[in-house]
Amino acid sequence: MDTAVDVRPLLIDVKGCRQAYHKEANADLVVLDDVNLTLHEGEIVALLGRSGSGKSTLLRIVSGLLKPTAGSVTWRGVPLSGPTDGVAMVFQSFALFPWLTVQENVELGLEARGVPRAERERRAEGAIDMIGLGGFENAYPKELSGGMRQRVGLARALVVHPDLLLMDEPFSALDVLTAETLRTDLIDLWMDGKLPVKSVLMVTHNIEEAVLMCDRILVFSSNPGRVAHELKVPFPHPRNRLDPAFRQLVDDIYGIMTRRKPVEPRLPTAPAPSPLATPLQSVGTNVMSGLMETLAAEPYNGRADLPALAGALQYEVDDILPLGETLQLLGFAVLEEGDILLTDAGRSFVNSDTDDRKKIFGEALRQHVPLVNMIRQVLDERWNHRASAVRFRDELEDHMSASYAADTLRTVIGWGRYAELFSYDEEAEQFSLEDIE
Amino acid sequence: MSATKYPSMAAGWRLPNLWDAVAFVCVIGALIAFGHVAEGTLKRIDAPGATEISLDPWNLPNYALRTTLRMFAALGASLFFTFTYGTAAAKSRRAALVLVPVLDVLQSVPILGFLTFTVVFFMNLFPGQVLGLELAAIFAIFTSQAWNMAFSMYQSLKTVPADLAECSTSFHLTGWQKFWKLEVPFAAPGLVWNTMMSMSGGWFFVVASEAVTVGDNSWKLPGIGSYVALALEQRDIVAVGWAILAMLLVILAYDQLLFRPLVAWSAKFRFETTAGTTASDPWMLRLMRRTRLLKLIGEAFGDAAAYLGSLRLSFTGLPRARGRQEPSRLIDAAWIALLLAVLAWAVWRVQGFASRELAWSDVEQAVLLGLITLVRVVVLMIIASLIWVPIGVWLGLRPVWARRAQPVAQFLAAFPANLLFPPVVLFIVYFHLSPDIWLTPLMVLGTQWYILFNVVAGAAAFPGDLKEVAANFRIGGWLWWRKVIIPGIFPYYVTGAITASGGSWNAAIVAEVASWGDTKLQAHGLGAYIADATDRGDMPRVILGVVVMSAFVVLFNRLLWRPMYAYAQRRLTLA
Repeated sequence: MDTAVDVRPLLIDVKGCRQAYHKEANADLVVLDDVNLTLHEGEIVALLGRSGSGKSTLLRIVSGLLKPTAGSVTWRGVPLSGPTDGVAMVFQSFALFPWLTVQENVELGLEARGVPRAERERRAEGAIDMIGLGGFENAYPKELSGGMRQRVGLARALVVHPDLLLMDEPFSALDVLTAETLRTDLIDLWMDGKLPVKSVLMVTHNIEEAVLMCDRILVFSSNPGRVAHELKVPFPHPRNRLDPAFRQLVDDIYGIMTRRKPVEPRLPTAPAPSPLATPLQSVGTNVMSGLMETLAAEPYNGRADLPALAGALQYEVDDILPLGETLQLLGFAVLEEGDILLTDAGRSFVNSDTDDRKKIFGEALRQHVPLVNMIRQVLDERWNHRASAVRFRDELEDHMSASYAADTLRTVIGWGRYAELFSYDEEAEQFSLEDIE
Repeated sequence: MSATKYPSMAAGWRLPNLWDAVAFVCVIGALIAFGHVAEGTLKRIDAPGATEISLDPWNLPNYALRTTLRMFAALGASLFFTFTYGTAAAKSRRAALVLVPVLDVLQSVPILGFLTFTVVFFMNLFPGQVLGLELAAIFAIFTSQAWNMAFSMYQSLKTVPADLAECSTSFHLTGWQKFWKLEVPFAAPGLVWNTMMSMSGGWFFVVASEAVTVGDNSWKLPGIGSYVALALEQRDIVAVGWAILAMLLVILAYDQLLFRPLVAWSAKFRFETTAGTTASDPWMLRLMRRTRLLKLIGEAFGDAAAYLGSLRLSFTGLPRARGRQEPSRLIDAAWIALLLAVLAWAVWRVQGFASRELAWSDVEQAVLLGLITLVRVVVLMIIASLIWVPIGVWLGLRPVWARRAQPVAQFLAAFPANLLFPPVVLFIVYFHLSPDIWLTPLMVLGTQWYILFNVVAGAAAFPGDLKEVAANFRIGGWLWWRKVIIPGIFPYYVTGAITASGGSWNAAIVAEVASWGDTKLQAHGLGAYIADATDRGDMPRVILGVVVMSAFVVLFNRLLWRPMYAYAQRRLTLA
């Protein structure tokens, strides 16, 4: 942590923030736990983490859209009780009103404040020109490309001259080139002092984006969401992605994000976590075997640097990490300080034919995924070898949110079908042993 | 999508153009006609000519105007109802507890049965005045228009995209601003469509509500409905023909002048982020955009509306953060207790009423007749499907034909089928056919088009690559129907069939009894039962009939259509 006292004015101060949703079964479902965040004028800060790490939730808390379960949020020293005038937000989905023109969309925030029409138009035109939308004033959002739409989103946020600009994965819905143009345009405006904001807080799951744009990065861990690490980015703008120091920092962050969570000291009275408590990530069997084959072959020969591998496969960190972790869960690979290593089990999977692969996969499932074992056991015990999926989902929901439970179950169904451990009838929501063995 | 601008028009013309002259004459004419109608409405009921009808076709333009204005008055009331009731149901969790089920039931209750009683009520409000009758007629039309509009509003408000809602909050829009900037525009396309449907539904009631009989008195409000009623009494088939022609022209007029432009305009509010192919603007919309005067008036309205919508009115203060505090259990409990009390009171009243006025045999009879009507509806739906599905598929797969057929089918759906009853009745009387069978098709006469145009839409939207696969593997004949096209159009078909069957139930009240002069044809069924009881002023049996019919409709929807719809959405749609 930064020990030097920051003399720049403090904008946002979040202390001991916790966000939890009440579950009837046992514990609350904790999305954010004990998160602290301070934001001063003149900095761009990234909240970096995997999906489901609560970073978007934190952004909504900072924006005043959401009230945290516990903890305090102050805006310029005053407790925050709702959206304030000093904060404007850019959305991942752009959130443009399809029935308003570019100009009208941009004017929206001003109109809400009762700014007179003439001034509204003047300021909107200024923002539109600054962000490179001149000439599109009368277009409707559906006539624009994704990149132009997000420019409208930016202009709409900037026109109200917010002290703090919040961006929720602003470039993740855009293609690679468009996103890059937008990033550099934004940084150029920021460096030239043309951006009418004092500070920027952005949520991202793209490590390079965070290193490219931000002065400070808060790395989140998931389940529950916590700030696992905070680091400064010491490079001046414009930054070069190919600079070895840049690459090293990206590598380091990969290492931080793949590091196993330290085992938490459990109170002696607390019950042991159920084997069902870990949500499974929806990773398909095809992509798993694809990655294992790639790893086994040249040039990796069983070991690869994650950022390099992600770059070669054009994967984002949100794609590659779940994949690596799932392989690790099943014992086919190991993650180590930003590298991925194929295990012996993984090698023998790669070297087998289709039927043997299914056998190896099935054994791995029965060994490492308790839910699969449980389903198979119930099926074996029943006289008709049938079981409803509902009971398993209910049991999962005791430990995780409904949507995680649904994802986990869907993943297990896909895996089990591939390994021919059980079959599943979607219409009846029923597991069975039909056509098995 | 944006308005086509013609340089010559956009440039500063100071003088009004030719279209302005046309528009000016039309506006003056409309004002004079309005004055005339207002005069007629404020007359005393026994004034000469206040409630008399003549079969002279030259009176028809005047009657048509009166009828149309009545319908638009009802439409205004329906819109007001939609904006208040629909919004309340969507915004308040506690209100929704009551309002939504009530709306669901009201949608399926054939209010036609209660006409007599509402007439008495409104006539007592304005004794001796035409206004009372007018209001009763408007109310009857209102009851045929309001429910689906309110429901559409409710559903739209419930599905406002979360990111836009969040965006509005984060930009500090007040509740009032959010309503006009986000929620109403989002609801607009659905609402316009439902308004159009309501308008067609209203015609059904016009014929029944303009000519009313209470006890020994009978009145005929000047209007097309009364004209038809008199023509039927006097066995004047030529007059019926004139009435049909007048109605055709009226429907054509408001369809072209009002609804086509409205639908085209509201497409702007459709929530889609990709530019779709848009049909060319209807001529009326082009006219409005080209005519300086009309354009100015339109802009003035638009500005005024925009001003009202952007007022920073707020009923709840500035938007607050979504808190996590649980809704107060105490107030919830009190609210539910209150609802239970009302329910208990209602049960007690109904029970008292029923035990005084009705016997079990009455219920048995009503249910039995309901079953007969049910058989009719089912048979009709099967027949209509067998006829229209193949035709719809054929049309839909040929884009040129689909484009031609779609507006025609929509127009036919808008045409009130009860106007076609007289010729059919004449036909039955002439050939001495059994009313039990031959009156039946009347129920589906107006509603079958929903099946047609939905199937056409479904077949037109059928993915091209699947068509190619079918051709590539030489899938043909029955197999093609079974595995390819029927599953492909099924979701669309179900949507159309739900509307068609609902309409058929409602039509039963009018269709199971038909008269031609002194000859009265009556089929066995619940609709005839209700119509009969209404004629006799037998309130308990009217209520019983209406309740039984509502129960049938609700059960039919819940047990057949909803599961089918859910199945179609789950299994037969890609995505």
